[in-house]
Order: sequence, then structure tokens, then C-alpha cells
Amino acid sequence: MTSDTDPVMAEDPITGEEIELPADVEVGEIIDSPVTGTELEVISLDPVVLEEAPELEEDWGE
Amino acid sequence: MQIGILYSRIRKDEKLLLGELRERGHEVTKIDVRKERFGLESTTADVADLDLVVDRCLSTSRSLYATEFLDSYGVPVVNAPETGDVCADKAKNSLALAEADIPTPATEVAFTKETAMEAIEEFGYPCVLKPVVGSWGRLMAKIDTRSAAEAILEHKETLGHYEHKVFYIQEFVDKPGRDIRVLAVDGEPVAAMTRSSDHWLTNAAKGGETQSFELDDRALELVERASAAVGGGMLGVDLMEVGVEPEADTGETGGAGSGEYTVHEVNHTVEFKALNTATDVDVPAKVVDWLEAKAAAAAGDDAAEAHT
Repeated sequence: MTSDTDPVMAEDPITGEEIELPADVEVGEIIDSPVTGTELEVISLDPVVLEEAPELEEDWGE
Repeated sequence: MQIGILYSRIRKDEKLLLGELRERGHEVTKIDVRKERFGLESTTADVADLDLVVDRCLSTSRSLYATEFLDSYGVPVVNAPETGDVCADKAKNSLALAEADIPTPATEVAFTKETAMEAIEEFGYPCVLKPVVGSWGRLMAKIDTRSAAEAILEHKETLGHYEHKVFYIQEFVDKPGRDIRVLAVDGEPVAAMTRSSDHWLTNAAKGGETQSFELDDRALELVERASAAVGGGMLGVDLMEVGVEPEADTGETGGAGSGEYTVHEVNHTVEFKALNTATDVDVPAKVVDWLEAKAAAAAGDDAAEAHT
């Protein structure tokens, strides 16, 4: 388990590189990959798993 | 209290909300609607003990169905599905505003290229063509000429989803380079900002610059009435100032020189991160104040029902 102060490390699913996530990261949160800029979705925290985030769809918004 | 959050993507807005709820000691259940099923009697989502569910779905279709199902189980949900139904569709939104006698841009809906062209020619150029469902300024067209209108209508009819064959045509409002976004809860403003751009689309999502805005009495009245017109809830009410010469706009807060507004849209799954940055208001705190009051009211309703 991670605490609110521990850095959270994860593997970038596209490049395989290790990337650091915000300490308070949430499941469902979207992270911009610091390597490629691709939007990544946090799938789980224990273990930390990232996937490429879904593409924008036409009915998204406010 | 126990609060459910319907979501499929945690944006900065949801993160602010989750942080405020947890800081106050509320128990939060995140409900990823992509992982749940909704039956006629019950759902796989763990909603039985929730005092209130907040719809933060990014997808309009998921928002509308998920809130409708939760409401049918008797789970208190904000915003109410009826509000979502009106706000999610620009045509219904315009009708609701007009029925409440709220100033709103002149609008027509047409179902064929030919009748859409008639409407466009009657509005004159420029005018605006919008999808009935959509956000963030996506697929909106400012039409400056007849030949542009012909091309856009043909593209929409040929390439579009059936909803793109509902042509929503609106007068072009010559706003002073900015529009106004108000976050309101049941008609009471939480915070307001202007969104300015040299582009005709001023949405913050399109990169419009944001600045805190002080609502005058007329704007306050319109926000309250627009909220009531769509059924209330936590809403993003969008206004444009009319009758303001660009050079009269000082860029200062307060709508100086305006005096009148037109309400072009009310949004039901409102984003507030830009408002939280642009204004001095602690927006998530105000929103959670309101959610606490809604949960208490829902609990009160349940208790009253139990006694009857």
C-alpha cells in the first residue's frame, strides 16, 4: 500500500519507462505521461497499473 | 455522510471534490460507471447505504442513464435526471430558457439541409450552427457565407451521426470578446468568471483567459431563473453581455456598461477547476456545503416518509 506522502512509481505502458505519479494519485485519474505526453489512466493502485486513457468521445463534456 | 461519486474519469474537478469531502470526514464511494450494470430493480454498484450520489460522469449518455436508474431505485442523486435531460440537449435547453421567459439567443432547429439553409439565410451571416449534444465548443461553426453553410450542412448530413442531422441554428451574438460562466447551486451563485478570447469561441476548454466576475442584480436574477428553468442543481450557467461595444469593455469585473445579458446555455455536469483558480472562492468547499445540505434534506425526506 502507498501512503499520501510516498512517491508513487509506475511503469509507463507505452514506453516501459518508470514514471513518478503524484503522491495523492487516485484510481480513475488521468496522468500525462512525462515521457510521451500521452494521457494515461490509473487503473489500480495496489499494484499501480496505468493504461492508455480512452480517446475523447463526442458526448464528453459538461 | 456517505457520498457516492459517479465517474469514468477523475479530472482535477473530481479530485478537488474528493479532497474536500474526505477532509471533512465523509465516506466516499467512487462508482466507475464503466464497471457497473444497471437493472430495472437494482444495480451492481454499491449504493444501498449512500446518503447522496453526485453525478460527475464525463460522458453525457452515461450521465443521463446512470442518474435515471439510480433515481428509479430511490437513491438521492444530484443533479436530478430531469435536469440532465434538459441541459444535455441544446434544443431542450433553449426551449426551457425561452419558456421561462429568460433572454436567450434566437434559435431554430431544422431536420434537412434545405430547411437548415432557409433558417441560416433568415438569420443572415454570421450565424452559428451547433451540435445538439456536445461541449467544450466542439464542432461548433460560425457561418460567414452561404457557400460555407452549404459545405458544413453537406458534411454534417453525409458524415454525421443522426444527431448531426438535427440542425441547431442560432443567431450570432456579438459579445464583447468574453462570456460569463457562473457556477450556481440551486440558483445561488458560488463563483463567476469571464472567459475572454480573440476567437469567437471563448470556452475555457478552448484556452479562453479567465477572470473573476462580480454579478450585478440582473445577472443574479437571470442565474436564479435559469437554474429554476432546468430543474435546479449544481449548474454552470453561461451568459453573454449584449449591447456592449468592445471599446466600452474595460476588462474589469462587474459587467460595467452592460446592463443586459442573454443566457445561452446551462450545463449540468459543470467543471469548476478554472473557477477555483480564477476567483478567491473556495469552490470545492462551497460545493460540499451544498452537498451536505442536499444529503441532510434527502435524509429528512426519508425520515418523513418512514413516519407516514
